[in-house]
Amino acid sequence: MPFAVVLILLVVGSIIFHLLSPWTFTPLASNWSMVDVTVDITLYVTGLIFVAVNLFMAYCVIKFRHKAGARATYEPENSRLENWLTWLTALGVAAMLTPGLFVWAQFVDVPDEAHVVEAVGQQWHWTYRYPGEDGKFGEVDAERISDDNPFGIDPDDPNGQDDILVYSPEAHLPVDKPVKFLLRSKDVLHNFTVTEFRVKMDLVPGTSTFLWVTPTKKGRYEVLCEELCGIAHHTMRGAVIVEEQEDFDAWLAQQSTWAENSAKVAGNAQVGAAQYAVCAACHGQNAEGIQALNAPKLAGQSEWYLRKQLANYKSGVRGAHEEDTYGKQMAPMAATLADDAAIANVIAHIRTLPDEPATTTIDGNIENGARLYRVCSYCHADAAQGVQAMNAPRMAGMSDWYLKRQVENFQQDIRGQHPNDYYGFQMGLMARTVYTEQDLNDLIAYINSL
Amino acid sequence: MSYVAIADRDHEQEHHDPQTFITKYVWSQDHKVIAIQYGCTAIFVGLIALGLSAMMRLQLGFPDTFSFINPENYYQFITMHGMIMVIYLLTALFLGGFGNYLIPLMIGSRDMVFPYLNMLSYWVYLLSVLILLASFFVPGGSTGAGWTLYPPQAIMQGTPGIDMGIILMLASLGVFIVAFTMGGLNYVTTVLQARCKGMTLMRMPLSIWGIFMATILGLLAFPALLVSAIMMMLDKTLMTSFFMPAISSMGADPGYTGGSPILFQHLFWFFGHPEVYIVALPAFGIVSDLLSTHARKNIFGYRMMVWAIIAIGGLSFIVWAHHMYVSGMNPYFGFFFATTTLIIAVPTAIKVYNWVLTLWEGNIHLRTPMLFAIGFIFTFIHGGLTGLFLGNVTIDLPLSDTYFVVAHFHMVMGVSPILVVFGAIYHWWPKITGKMYNETLGKWHFWMTFLGTYAIYLPMHYLGFAGVPRRYFAMGNTDFLPESAQDLNAWITVSALFVAATQILFFINVFITLRNGKKADPNPWHANSLEWQTPDTPPRHGNWGHDLPECHRWAYDYSVPGYDDDYIPQNVPANVAPAGRDHGGEH
Repeated sequence: MPFAVVLILLVVGSIIFHLLSPWTFTPLASNWSMVDVTVDITLYVTGLIFVAVNLFMAYCVIKFRHKAGARATYEPENSRLENWLTWLTALGVAAMLTPGLFVWAQFVDVPDEAHVVEAVGQQWHWTYRYPGEDGKFGEVDAERISDDNPFGIDPDDPNGQDDILVYSPEAHLPVDKPVKFLLRSKDVLHNFTVTEFRVKMDLVPGTSTFLWVTPTKKGRYEVLCEELCGIAHHTMRGAVIVEEQEDFDAWLAQQSTWAENSAKVAGNAQVGAAQYAVCAACHGQNAEGIQALNAPKLAGQSEWYLRKQLANYKSGVRGAHEEDTYGKQMAPMAATLADDAAIANVIAHIRTLPDEPATTTIDGNIENGARLYRVCSYCHADAAQGVQAMNAPRMAGMSDWYLKRQVENFQQDIRGQHPNDYYGFQMGLMARTVYTEQDLNDLIAYINSL
Repeated sequence: MSYVAIADRDHEQEHHDPQTFITKYVWSQDHKVIAIQYGCTAIFVGLIALGLSAMMRLQLGFPDTFSFINPENYYQFITMHGMIMVIYLLTALFLGGFGNYLIPLMIGSRDMVFPYLNMLSYWVYLLSVLILLASFFVPGGSTGAGWTLYPPQAIMQGTPGIDMGIILMLASLGVFIVAFTMGGLNYVTTVLQARCKGMTLMRMPLSIWGIFMATILGLLAFPALLVSAIMMMLDKTLMTSFFMPAISSMGADPGYTGGSPILFQHLFWFFGHPEVYIVALPAFGIVSDLLSTHARKNIFGYRMMVWAIIAIGGLSFIVWAHHMYVSGMNPYFGFFFATTTLIIAVPTAIKVYNWVLTLWEGNIHLRTPMLFAIGFIFTFIHGGLTGLFLGNVTIDLPLSDTYFVVAHFHMVMGVSPILVVFGAIYHWWPKITGKMYNETLGKWHFWMTFLGTYAIYLPMHYLGFAGVPRRYFAMGNTDFLPESAQDLNAWITVSALFVAATQILFFINVFITLRNGKKADPNPWHANSLEWQTPDTPPRHGNWGHDLPECHRWAYDYSVPGYDDDYIPQNVPANVAPAGRDHGGEH
């Protein structure tokens, strides 16, 4: 008896849980309402079977449990009943399958008017490519991928010259326009998922895959990688911004094309030297860093990282958090660099300065640090020299006190939580794998030893 | 000379009675000892995998709390947990364990037809386990590629254990498949060749049907895994490019060109989907026998049940790509595989109906094995129905790679088969050990496990609805999830730890009844099948004493009208029972 009661309670409890659960589908933001309808049909059919069969079973347990002198009926089979049940089941299955196949037929058939965006995945970032005015993408090839050509575009392909390259995990889309995402991976399997769109597809290196969707609601939606792609899989996030056509056009116009990118001239170190005078006040004449002024060493840091961080300070992605005392000091200084050319010049100057290892200020257990560093080494490389392709800056030989403060900022969400700081967000998740200050000191001591 | 079945040549057979402790318990060729060896080894590795799942649940329930868990070992935990549970626990336990113990006893044979091969099968299996466990201790640790081992990621930068870890994993799988093939050929041949007189195929207990069909599936499916393991091993060690296209890994060119990652997925799931039924079919068969025996009623629709097992086995080879709807394979495959997948629901549903209808007008004894059997029906219905979501290609779009998938497959091929494993161990415990288990402990064990696992997996489906991706070390701050999703994760972790802890009840039961258990009746459940009719309990080497049994009826003559006892064992001659239809009679 108690068993049957428990079975009944489980059935009733499951229904109540289902009805009250705040954990359910996110509000739909695309044309794929038919996906939700298919889910609902399946939910009702299977829900009915779940309730009916389990309650019948509970009834049997109550009614036919052993009593003294009772005897079971002998009934080996009942073809009529078995046939009925078979056909009824087949009918239920057909009711669930049919709408599913119809919706899938729409999914595999991309509308002709869809515009195309290429989402490119790599460990552990998203970038995007728009075809530009000619509507055609230039040829790409994995073997051409390099720091100067992250998309691997064929430089001689005329179709590729006006391709618009978005070096950010954030894509923009016009609302109510069907879009076909071409999906491409540089390294391993990834998966492009926007939960609110209801559709997803894997990215497979060596081939192109696709999905299509018509975003129907303006807003910012998170892009997730949902195919295991290595230890930082969970940090591979991005976003799509769905906006009015005009806003989209304005955004697109700001992005640079492959031809523009290739034509960029290197910064002028001599011009930069004059601009660096302002920086030298805190960072030192040789950009060696001055701890008393909370200014880290810059000499020897990668060009791309300095550029990205200066841009972040300028745009308020960094140095805007209330508790980021020193970042708030840096932000107005970065603002004095008028444009990209000024940034390039000053960095060009910094790159000419001697790269002496910074004085170490932190001691710790190097052995424990080496153990902890393994996780870091996936992006920052074994010698902590940094890897541009991973968006991971150099750490070895740089100011260790600064490194420590930044890890703590990441852990406390002082850095990395700005919605546009996608790389900082990743580091925020990874920084949390260092639990104690002692561990952090050990880790930095190990990096100092490299 | 015309063919004479092995069962009719009993006097010609040599039986190699064990002489020493070593030949009796270590290098034993007795299927019962080998079964116990298989079972103990499988349960031992299963406990390791259980520990690994506790680690991953700690991280998911309480992120940023436990310093001994980092993204590197987290992915190693999930990988090893999955692989151990699916292959080294469930496959080995159902076929190597129950298959070995039950086949000769239930079909009235003295042993497997190739006892030496059978012994070898276990020791090779043990070797595969040792290779697998060794991978925890090599530099870089075990592989963290996920149990599906998808390339390129399984052998590329960015994944833990891409040096010795993945090599040992692939080697261990290869060795396991050798072990399985030795065992599997043995089981199939034994079922086909060594049935006792009168044991027609359509009189075999459903346990044997399930194990038999599962073994055939294994023999056909494991080679696909073997070749993919060998090919990946070559990709890893000799830089071939079976599965490796030209890629740029972390800014460098690793030198591969031209391979297809999707080819691996096809091979993997051509094995991987039948693997689900390699685990499920023995469970289906065993649970049928448990239900029938403890409800004192014939299994309802025996012939339909047999055909359903065969149909499911056959269909299981043409549904594999439903694991790959969003893998980037040609999307037109979706139509075919969604259709075949949903068709397989029909024979599966028939099995469920027939289990429930076996209870109808039965005389249900709610002993521990029966609780587990009925608990199985409940969890299997749940897991089977959620399969109709994922099998339907359109619904896979939002739900694939989310916690809905994790909840579904744990319900259907984790919890459900494990409930059957426990039910079966309690059921056959008196025969295996000659001792009676402790009923009270057994019932507590059932309740904790059954309710605890439902508390884990029911809510987990809803995390999937909300879009929580699987294989995420941590979610971090995100806009699309309510904050309570983390609370639910904590609840799931608490439930999981609770279930893991309560398994101690099972081991207490095992140890105290082995030491002090009551001596068991040779046939305590008044069951019909032959293993309960042995002259000795536990059965001795050779099982049957001087004469092999003869089979005169199917295994389900329970509560036959006009007969005093409510059971008629299979070896009771037909004329003892009142005249009636002989339902196992057609051959």
